[in-house]
Amino acid sequence: MSQRVYITGLGMISALGNTVSEGFLSLSQSKTGIGKINHLTTRYKEEFLAGEINLSNKDLADLVKDSNPEYNRNTYLAMIAAKEAVIHSGIDTKDGLRTGLISSTTVAGMGITELYYKELFEKTDHLSVIDTHDCGYSTERIADYIGNVDYVTTISTACSSAANAIMLGCRMIKHGQLDRVVVGGVDALSKFTFNGFNTLMILDREWCKPFDENRKGLNLGEGAAFLVIEGEEALNKRQGKPLTEIIGYANANDAYHQTASSPEGYGATLAIQQALAMSGLNPSQVDYINMHGTGTPNNDLSEGMATVAVFGNQIPKFSSTKAYTGHTLAAAASIEAVISVLSLQHQTIFPNLNFTTPIASLNLTPIHELLKTPINIVLSNSFGFGGNCSSLLFKKV
Amino acid sequence: MDALIEKLKKQIIEQLNLAEVNPDEVSADSPLFGEGLGLDSIDALELIVLLEKHYGIKIEDPKDGKVIFQSLRTMAEYIKAQGKG
Amino acid sequence: MYIITSYAHIKHHQVAVNGELIFKTEPTHSLSEFLSEAYKSMGIIYPKFHKMDAQCKLGLLCTEFALQNSSFLTNSSLTKTAIVLSNSASSLETDRQYQASIADKSNYFPSPTVFVYTLPNIVIGEIAIKHKLTGENAFFVTEKMDAQLLVNYADILLGQYAEAAIIGWIEVDGDSYEAFIFLVENGEYLNKNVIFKPLNQSTVNQLYNQTLWTH
Repeated sequence: MSQRVYITGLGMISALGNTVSEGFLSLSQSKTGIGKINHLTTRYKEEFLAGEINLSNKDLADLVKDSNPEYNRNTYLAMIAAKEAVIHSGIDTKDGLRTGLISSTTVAGMGITELYYKELFEKTDHLSVIDTHDCGYSTERIADYIGNVDYVTTISTACSSAANAIMLGCRMIKHGQLDRVVVGGVDALSKFTFNGFNTLMILDREWCKPFDENRKGLNLGEGAAFLVIEGEEALNKRQGKPLTEIIGYANANDAYHQTASSPEGYGATLAIQQALAMSGLNPSQVDYINMHGTGTPNNDLSEGMATVAVFGNQIPKFSSTKAYTGHTLAAAASIEAVISVLSLQHQTIFPNLNFTTPIASLNLTPIHELLKTPINIVLSNSFGFGGNCSSLLFKKV
Repeated sequence: MDALIEKLKKQIIEQLNLAEVNPDEVSADSPLFGEGLGLDSIDALELIVLLEKHYGIKIEDPKDGKVIFQSLRTMAEYIKAQGKG
Repeated sequence: MYIITSYAHIKHHQVAVNGELIFKTEPTHSLSEFLSEAYKSMGIIYPKFHKMDAQCKLGLLCTEFALQNSSFLTNSSLTKTAIVLSNSASSLETDRQYQASIADKSNYFPSPTVFVYTLPNIVIGEIAIKHKLTGENAFFVTEKMDAQLLVNYADILLGQYAEAAIIGWIEVDGDSYEAFIFLVENGEYLNKNVIFKPLNQSTVNQLYNQTLWTH
């Protein structure tokens, strides 16, 4: 029953670029995508930086050739990244094998709904935007855009959403319910998100500084990333080429607070330990950790504590790539899964930007300059509000 | 000062939905966090909003809350020191 | 063999547990009045309850009702109890509330507490916090209560990743609301008096569609 599951296609649009190759270029030049806000209309435009994709909603509509454009940014981003992943993998969704689509989002159509929200009470010119508001809507549109998808579902578990989409995809393949699945997540910037994170006072007004003693908070970002994952049987049938194997995954609840992580990182520790247990690896076999590392005082300390709890005094090389993309919420785990695959393919650790001083109580120093090094196993963490903690393990093929 | 403390107590109980708290059991010096009223980090942010909304005081760094929000008395003293309330 | 050992259903101002109506209020009550009365009827003390948004209150209460008189929590391991919930509106009701608080420029005091609840999976967090459950979670957004999806997912989880699960549907959208929670445990470990309800699509649909409402 338990066949191996491989990643065979990547698609990503983020502040680093509109494709995986553009993203890779920015990463390998240690160039952040976070900067001034150009496209989003918000009272915070001048006040905060963000990892915004430098395309207007109209540009995005043109890219996906939307014949009756509704300008739902979230959906367009997802369509672009999912299509890139499908093309990259070389799968043919009409070949009779069962293809699934598991997407995830938290913001959904909020970015477009908020523009017309007041007006909708008075006139109905833009009533159709309401139909695009639901979390499930973008998933349905992506499915149509890819074509011939047999199974569609949507997950929403805050900032670990895409990790849970990847996990579910792997399991459905292992349980023989699907042959391959397009998995990932998307979240576009919205005023709603900006106001909310500002209300929680966890936004840094400057570039975020993950794992730095003087970190002040996160930068928000937007993006979508999708991966095609395939069971080895389906892959062999079409003689496709694997990029990376997914060898472990786990999800646990921190059961501590609605938004704050427990000081000792209990849920995170459980997720990492259970993912390792599934893979059969010892902690010492992990070569690199792509951290959740949002740059908030709470997350980085808690995640650091969990890392020490699992790895003791043999902490693997680690970095957070949030300072490149911003925190892309439901897309974060799939964007970081793509970055993990790039790390394995190019045997390169993309450095933790803006780091100068280790957190005093932890004394952990992330990789902060581009490093070429042998990497066989990558651990990627993603934690979300609601106590939702997920860890994924990737292996070089 | 006592009047301000009483007013703050009512405002906090209302703003933080402390429905099962008996106002008579909360003294001016009871700790607001931890053992006392059992408030958490989100409640601290809610208190920052309360200070801005009712007293026109803006707190930029949530860390400052640790000192200001020790008890009703420390909050009241802070409001007075800002020339408000 | 995994079986459903208890279930609760809340709608139309009524609470039904294991197929029997056990609590109701006047239909004229608002949702928040109804939730507050239902909370009082349980005789529990949990001050955090009053801070939650309607969806979390509803989800937590429905779970509490299903757990009441059940040995689920004593049978199950905290780290191996999964929570899998779903709905169609995500966190729409609280999203609206937060949206209204940021839309008015002259009275701009958005509440952090409200924002915290603008995610659908926070209700899972609240249930996990109440009972210290650190097992796996998932929140699905589907058009209707999708028994096939929930049972399918439970089949994948149970045995391998979890030993027991709290599963269901929690929806609040304007005046309309509904919660349906069922508890799943390994039947092999339970005593024979438990009424046998196998975990499958038709059983879940049958429990969900029982007509018990009085108005």
